[in-house]
This record gives sequence, C-alpha cells and structure tokens, in this order.
Amino acid sequence: MEKTIQHNPDQVIVAENLTKKFGKFTAVDHISFEVKKGEIFGFLGANGAGKTTAMRMLCGLSIPTGGKGIVAGYDIGTQTELVKKSIGYMSQKFSLYDDLKVWENIELFGGIYGMKDAEIREKTDSLMKLLNFENERDKLVGSLPLGFKQKLAFSVSIFHSPKVVFLDEPTGGVDPITRRQFWELIYDATSRGITVFVTTHYMDEAEYCDRVSIMVDGKIEALDTPRNLKKQFNANNMDEVFQQLARKAKRVDS
Amino acid sequence: MSFIRKEFYHILRDKTTMMILLGIPIIQMILFGFALTTEVKNTQVAVLAPTNDEAAQRIINKLNASAYFDVTEQIHSTSEIQPIFRDAKAKLVVVFEDHFGDKLRHNGVAHVQLIADATDPNAATSFSFYATNIIAGYQQELMGEAKNPYQITPEVKMLYNPQMIGAFNFVPGVLGMILILICAMMTSIAIVREKEKGTMEILLVSPMKPIYTILSKITPYFVLSCINFATIMLLSVFVLKVPIAGSFMSLIVVSLLYIFVSLALGLLISTIATTQIAAMLMSGMGLMIPVMLLSGMIFPIENMPVALQVLSNVIPARWYIAAVKAVMIQGLGFSAILKEMGVLALMATVLIAISLRKFKVRLE
Repeated sequence: MEKTIQHNPDQVIVAENLTKKFGKFTAVDHISFEVKKGEIFGFLGANGAGKTTAMRMLCGLSIPTGGKGIVAGYDIGTQTELVKKSIGYMSQKFSLYDDLKVWENIELFGGIYGMKDAEIREKTDSLMKLLNFENERDKLVGSLPLGFKQKLAFSVSIFHSPKVVFLDEPTGGVDPITRRQFWELIYDATSRGITVFVTTHYMDEAEYCDRVSIMVDGKIEALDTPRNLKKQFNANNMDEVFQQLARKAKRVDS
Repeated sequence: MSFIRKEFYHILRDKTTMMILLGIPIIQMILFGFALTTEVKNTQVAVLAPTNDEAAQRIINKLNASAYFDVTEQIHSTSEIQPIFRDAKAKLVVVFEDHFGDKLRHNGVAHVQLIADATDPNAATSFSFYATNIIAGYQQELMGEAKNPYQITPEVKMLYNPQMIGAFNFVPGVLGMILILICAMMTSIAIVREKEKGTMEILLVSPMKPIYTILSKITPYFVLSCINFATIMLLSVFVLKVPIAGSFMSLIVVSLLYIFVSLALGLLISTIATTQIAAMLMSGMGLMIPVMLLSGMIFPIENMPVALQVLSNVIPARWYIAAVKAVMIQGLGFSAILKEMGVLALMATVLIAISLRKFKVRLE
C-alpha cells in the first residue's frame, strides 16, 4: 500500500480519487468522498454520469483503475471478500427469485451470508411482522405486487445486518405511497446503525437524504446536505439544484 | 445446502420445462425405435427364376405366405431388374440361379441373390434379413427330408445405399444427443437466466464463492442427466431390446465423463451468452446440429470429406457414441475405450479450465 488512508471507524465509506476507465472512456473520474456511519448518502447523477460504475467499485463488483476505496474498514481492491461480507446490495432490477416463496428467498440469502438457521427463522418471523407480510410468507414472490417485492428485496438486502447497504435506484417504477413506505424502512435501517448509500432519480427522495452528492460526467460536482446545496445554488428544491448541474453535462445518455 | 435446494425448486416449479426434460428422451427413443423403423409387412417382391423348378417354387411360396412379403412380379431376365426398382414395383428382387433345383439336389449348393432397394436403409436391412431367414428355413426343411447337407447360399446386395446404418446405431446416438442437450443447454440457460434477471449480480456481491455458485447450478442438471441416462437405458434394454453386451460399469463411467464434458460446455456457453435466447441458439445450433451430423450418429464418419472428419474430432459426442457402441453393442471391455475416455477427459479439463477463467467474478 503506497498511501494508507487514515481509517476512522466513523467513516464507513471512504473514496479517494477513485477512477474507472473503460478503454479511453473515463466512466468515473477521480471521485473522493466519505460517508459517516448511520448516514443516508444520496448519490445523484443523470444516466451515464457514472453512478452505477462507482457503486459497483464500492461493492467489489468492478476493479478500480485508479484510486482507493475503503468500505466498512476493508480495502475494496485487496479485501473484496471481507467487503462483500459487510455490505448489502439491492440492484435496479428486481432481483429476488420469482419462483421461490417469500420465506425461501429469505432463507436462501440468509444462508448465502452464512447466517445460522435458527437466526434466520427468528429474524424471518419478526420481518414478516414488521412488513405485515405474515399472509404472504408462503406465496411465490412472482405473484406479489411490485411495491411488496421492492420492500421485500430491501429487507432481504439488510437481512444479514450489513454495515452498509447499497441501493441502486431502489424505487424505480414504484408508486408514491409505496415509495414513502420504502423510505420508512430505510430510516428504520439507519436507526439500527446501518449506513445507506442510495442512488436515485427522484429529487424528492434526494431531500430525504442526510447528504447528497451530484455526479456529472464522472466527477462529483457538488456534495453537501440538501439544505446547504439549495442555499449554495440559490434554489427552492433539489430538482433545481440538479437541473443547474446537469445542464453542464457533455455526455449524453449512454 | 440451501442454494442447491433453490436450484431444484427452480426446476421443479417449472413443470413444463421439467416435463420436456424428462419427456424428450422417452419420445426420442420411441420415435427412433418404432416410428422410424419401417414396418416391413407386405413388402413387394419380384422373382427371377430362369428354371422354374420345384425348389425355387417352394421358396417363392414360402416368401409369399409370410406376412412380410407379397410376390407380385415374375420376371424373366436380369435386364428387367432395374425397371422394376425404378417403377417401384418391388422393393426386393429374388434371383435364383439357373437350374437352382438341380444344383441343389446334385451339388448340394445353390445360389440365390437378394437385391434390395436400400433407399430406405433400415427397411432394406430388415426385409433382406427376413428373406434370408425364410430361405434358411427352407434349407432346414430340406435337411430334415434328406440327410444330405444341402446348402443354399443367399447373397444379399444392397442397392443405392451400400453403407448400411446399423439398427442399433441410434441408442448411442440418442444418448449422446440427449445428454448434451440437457447438460449443456439447460445449464447455460439456467446461468444466463440469472444474469438476465439481475440475480447474478446479487450473487456476485454476496460473499459466496463463484465456484460454489457454479457447482450448485450444475448439481440438479447432473441429477436430471443421470435420470435421463437411466430412462434411456431402461427403454433400450426392455422396450427396444437392445442388449447391453459389454460391462455396464464402463458404460456408466464413460457416460459420467461425457455428462461432465457437456456441463463444462454449458458453462462455457453461459460465459459467452448474455441472453437466454442466445444461450439456447448457441447450444441448439452450435451443439445439436454438429452432434447430429458429425458424430457418426447419422452419417458414418469414415465417408465424410477429410475436412469434416478432422472437424468431427472436436465433437465430444463422436467419442462418446463410439465408446457406447463399443461397450453396449460390440461388448468390448474397458480397455477398448481407453482412447475415447482419454479424449473426453482431455476435453473436460480444457473446457472447465477455459470456462472457469471466463466466468466473470466481477461484472464489467
């Protein structure tokens, strides 16, 4: 290690000049930021700005071309396995198994993360109660409405009590009421000390975040609390902030 | 392990696919076994008997009396044989030599020639075999009447298709095809489905090692293949009466090896294909057709142009089918298939090595 980042246990995610190049194209261009424990960190940007690539590097799915990243105290370049154990992940695509029952999905992912059977059973019971899902427990996931599925997918992604959960546009295609409920689940998770790293297209959701970063063309152009950002850009809401920044983008949708 | 259980759920809950997977071998065996073997009842026969003596007449009557043949034409010279076939007036021409009866009585040896229209080779084999039997039956009768050793030598000549396809050929062929189909196609589709649905991403983010992901995906298809292998064996032994002449153990060993190669192929396809359709096309076009055409299942490899013969060497089914034929039909021992085993083992190693390297731990 050429340069060690001062590790502060309060900082769950640290990115330092994190870069990803695909050939000549620089998808993520030297981004640096820290995320504190228990924080909801909004990761905003237009399509093609490099959000998903940045997130994949932090999850250990993609090797950075340059820079460093520490997630939950582990180096994303060298300690991928340990990083993977400490995080949860929910992708844009709904990604539970449609042809498995609700409890089977939970059991499966609990098992993958090495949880004990007894613990899985116990936590499944309380989760079903929390989500009001007791009647759906034995249903195939494919038969549930989208809103239910999304809530379930989120609950599964934090089922093994990770230190950080990465949510990649978790509320796409979900109605406003379910989105509201979904955010309640997110708040509930942070109250248990889970750090939330979320990308979204919905600017109202950006307001729910503790801090927000906005990526334009692979770089982070702004990073602060929603309130400060609005003040800085002299805007009434996050949407205006985003519009001002996104207008500068040279990359078109890729 | 819960992950393997999940894979079984996937298959068991998809009833249609499961029925297809278990049904295909049965249907294929029955198709190849019955529908495609032409029933040779009432085959039309033309007879050329220059000296229409008693012995020839009795054979003709015997042929006519059997359920297999109808003697419809009497011809008088060899030049009439070609037109008979051309006009499809008969499928079989029985040619007695001059003074058939006399020769039989005086020399004890007489010749009869069976000329068969082998456009449909399976039918031709069957009916010329029946005709030979009938003639042999007559010979037996003669032996009973007089103590002299009479000998009628039937000479069978296949027209139009001198390379006969063995009747037992298709059992090894179907085995070779089904196992490739189930293992390679289904494994690749199952893995690509996870990619397509986005669940693969979740699995890759999880601490689970990719090798376990692969192993647990393969397990159910391995079990399915074994079930299929058993079905095909049962059908071929008990329904189609194709005996297992050699050692059953070597048959199992070589089959397991072949299943392994197929699974590895499936893996390789899954690392290349990004959609289920692509995976299906790749295994369908890329595997099934070469397997059918180049494995020696339908066309004998020896008769192919050199280029195709060389190409056929890389088709696992070719080696497997050869080994199964050797063990099952010819009854050869394990030492006879060492070469085939070696080739298959080599293929398995290479394929697994490539696909493990290509299986993307990280989504780029």
